[in-house]
Amino acid sequence: MSSNVRFTDFKSDAQPTWCPGCGDFGTMNGMMKALAETGNSPDETFVVAGIGCSGKIGTYMRSYAIHGVHGRALPVGAGVKLANPDVEVMVAGGDGDGYSIGAGHFIHAVRRNVDMTYVVMDNRIYGLTKGQASPTSREDFETSTTPEGPQQPPVNPLALALAASGTFIAQSFSTDAQRHADIVKQAVEHDGFGFVNVFSPCVTFNDVDTYDYFRDHIVDLADVDHDPTDYEDARSRILDPGKEYQGVLYRDEDSVPYSRRHGVDADMTDVPDGAPEDATDLVREFY
Amino acid sequence: MPADFNWAIGGEAGDGIDSTGKIFAQALSRAGRHVFTSKDFASRIRGGYTSYKIRTSVSQVQSVVDRLDVLIALTQRTIDENLNELHDGSVIIYDGDRTTMQDVEIPDGMIGLDVPLKGLAEDAGGAIMRNVVALGAACAVSGFPIENLDSALEKRFGDKGRSIVENNMTAARKGRDYVEDEYDEAFGYDLECTDEDYVLLNGDEAIGMGAIAGGCRFYAGYPITPATNVMEYLTGRIERYGGHVVQAEDELSAINMALGAARSGARSMTATSGPGIDLMTETFGLVATSETPLVICNVMRSGPSTGMPTKQEQGDLNAMLYGGHGEVPRFVLAPTTIAECFHKTVEAFNLAEKYQIPVYLTADLSLAVTEQTYAPEEFDMDAVEIDRGKVVDEETVGEWQDEEGRFKPHALTDDGVSPRAFPGTEGGVHMSTGLEHDELGRRTEDTEMRVQQVDKRSRKVETARDREAFEPREFGDADADTLVVSWGSNEGAMVEAMRFLDDRGIDVRFLSVPYVFPRPDLTEAVEAAAETIVVECNATGQFADLIEHDTLTRVTRLNKYDGVRFKADELAERIAAALGTQAAGEEATP
Ligand SMILES: Cc1ncc(C[n+]2csc(CCOP(=O)(O)OP(=O)(O)O)c2C)c(N)n1
Ligand code: SF4
Repeated sequence: MSSNVRFTDFKSDAQPTWCPGCGDFGTMNGMMKALAETGNSPDETFVVAGIGCSGKIGTYMRSYAIHGVHGRALPVGAGVKLANPDVEVMVAGGDGDGYSIGAGHFIHAVRRNVDMTYVVMDNRIYGLTKGQASPTSREDFETSTTPEGPQQPPVNPLALALAASGTFIAQSFSTDAQRHADIVKQAVEHDGFGFVNVFSPCVTFNDVDTYDYFRDHIVDLADVDHDPTDYEDARSRILDPGKEYQGVLYRDEDSVPYSRRHGVDADMTDVPDGAPEDATDLVREFY
Repeated sequence: MPADFNWAIGGEAGDGIDSTGKIFAQALSRAGRHVFTSKDFASRIRGGYTSYKIRTSVSQVQSVVDRLDVLIALTQRTIDENLNELHDGSVIIYDGDRTTMQDVEIPDGMIGLDVPLKGLAEDAGGAIMRNVVALGAACAVSGFPIENLDSALEKRFGDKGRSIVENNMTAARKGRDYVEDEYDEAFGYDLECTDEDYVLLNGDEAIGMGAIAGGCRFYAGYPITPATNVMEYLTGRIERYGGHVVQAEDELSAINMALGAARSGARSMTATSGPGIDLMTETFGLVATSETPLVICNVMRSGPSTGMPTKQEQGDLNAMLYGGHGEVPRFVLAPTTIAECFHKTVEAFNLAEKYQIPVYLTADLSLAVTEQTYAPEEFDMDAVEIDRGKVVDEETVGEWQDEEGRFKPHALTDDGVSPRAFPGTEGGVHMSTGLEHDELGRRTEDTEMRVQQVDKRSRKVETARDREAFEPREFGDADADTLVVSWGSNEGAMVEAMRFLDDRGIDVRFLSVPYVFPRPDLTEAVEAAAETIVVECNATGQFADLIEHDTLTRVTRLNKYDGVRFKADELAERIAAALGTQAAGEEATP
């Protein structure tokens, strides 16, 4: 940990190829700010990204990073963190990456509660493959593969996380820079799996869930009477359809991260030159 | 060859066949006898026929043969299933009080011993011990001192309390006494004991032990027969050395976790079987392209699809060699014996890290579930060496940075191997990706760099061929006209088959190949032989294809794909037949 890290230290020299105006710029800036403000340095940070426009984030940030295969970033993040508990792990992906192909991993990552942060850049569309419906697309949203709309209701990622015993469930809006960075920061500081669904508009393929739409519809939990540690309060808001909240919806103050439950605290990266000293005990067990 | 003794217990799944067999195997091993076990089980939890067979001798045994001397039959089916292995003088122990065994048919020439297993067990404290009563009876028949059972019973039941152990000892003695009192004949067997100390273990256990010895500290897997035992072995043991096992939600997750841990700096592994390998294939490409050292263990079973999940096969060779889209180098190691499962696992980790390449470590069902005795020195922990390859630290990282101080994880080197930096290393920040990349790991579609990176990755294979000894294990007469080649678990059966062949005057040279890729060049050996026979447990001869490809010579294929491993006598028979030699009947039996 070093205190004089600035958020620009997390910027790589690669020029983002995101469309001008893409929500992902703001989402990424907030992540970098959150990392810097929590005192992490690029040398001790690991960013794991999936595939999609969102997945390019690993290239644009400066840190140790893996740009994985579609939908599998969360298990990679868990492996990094469990083997090397000293690194700060941040996993990023899209709504297709996380809630479609990677949905199975999502609920298990939530309940596994490894101490890391998961940021989903939710643009309610598949960006990189040029505009097909995603699991968070609206029922009547016409796309190249769903000319009549998907005709199935969108998934509610916050509810999935709650049902999977999530210990930190939040939502933010990429363009509301300070607020977004602050929410991600709380997720980083959370002792366990910090999940943030970020409204990160796609200006090229989604003309419904736009900046204007979110600006008009977002309810900031800071402006209403909401206690994130109150499960019932969180539950009723998360299950209230059609509400676009910003803020921390739920936080379990008693969260026990995976490593503490399982007594995984050793750094597994140090390997001696030979077998462990008492390894012959392993042979002796077979007598 | 000193006389060996063949014993089996069979019944329905749920009858405790496995633990009874294991107790007897352990007792024999502790009495200084060599043991080789084989299990036949169906893919169900209750019901379905299962058996546990033991071949034991004072010299090493490494295969099964078609012969049974003493059979504990818990059902009529046990007798029917084993009919062809029973011979004149075989002893069948059964319980005539069991409703299903009252009209038991003992074939002509065999000796049926009706022992009230259940009743005697009840006298000793509970019907549940009826298999142990049977073990006591088997001791009486085989001349095996019953005291030798005691320590095995201790090991099996010790943590259940003193009285349970003692009841079992009593039960065993009741079985022995009953046979000695009721049947005063001598059965002609005399299992002598020695002072040797042996260990008894199966291939999955040897792989798990090799992983710990070889520095593996992170394991993620998803249960699948017959690979689960690797995970079960590591669970509860790897923690003692600061490691951890995660049961992932599926194989996709398992390999990705293992990948994350490897890039994080740990020696990391996952194990699965065929269907799991298919699921891991996409990530396998990422592992290879990102040059991540990872050991992926494939304990093969009979495919395709769910195939015959509890049966033997070596059908995944092509999947491991060629599986996945695009072209990426990988190593494929195939231990040929249980002891080699240990050694090759250690080697797999070293190769993975030295060459930053995914390594398939493949065993097959026969190796995985079979137990065999070894002298403990075979697992020499002091001889284990760990080589982590080109890992940089804060002092050396500078040698691998560009003018702007950026680390080059995919530096174009002469040997194809680039430096590795673990997170936390200042100045080593980099991204790993499955996208084609430049030396810095940045995405590229530059034609020249693409070619350079592809060549760099393949160059590692040439480097490894130069630096490592990918040699076959050699047996028999180097000048023999007949060359037999096999891979994986067939070695034991073949080594024993050579004795039968020798009895018939057939002289063979045998090469057992533990390295599928890179593999030894057998051209000279094949050219020197009049006839080359490639033995493997699959239908199409996937390994034979490789030999023909390498040597440009046609070979004879000897394949078995009925789900059952080769037996030594059967293999000898088939080799003799392939050579057009008349089988010499009687001498075939040991
Ligand atoms: C196994 C596999 N299937 C399909 C794809 C093609 N693909 C690339 S990105 C993507 C969808 C990305 O959508 P999302 O996660 O919402 O990210 P966005 O691009 O919108 O940020 C798909 C289907 C792939 N790379 N891998
Ligand atoms: S397609 Fe959409 S999500 Fe992708 S970069 Fe452009 S605006 Fe962003």
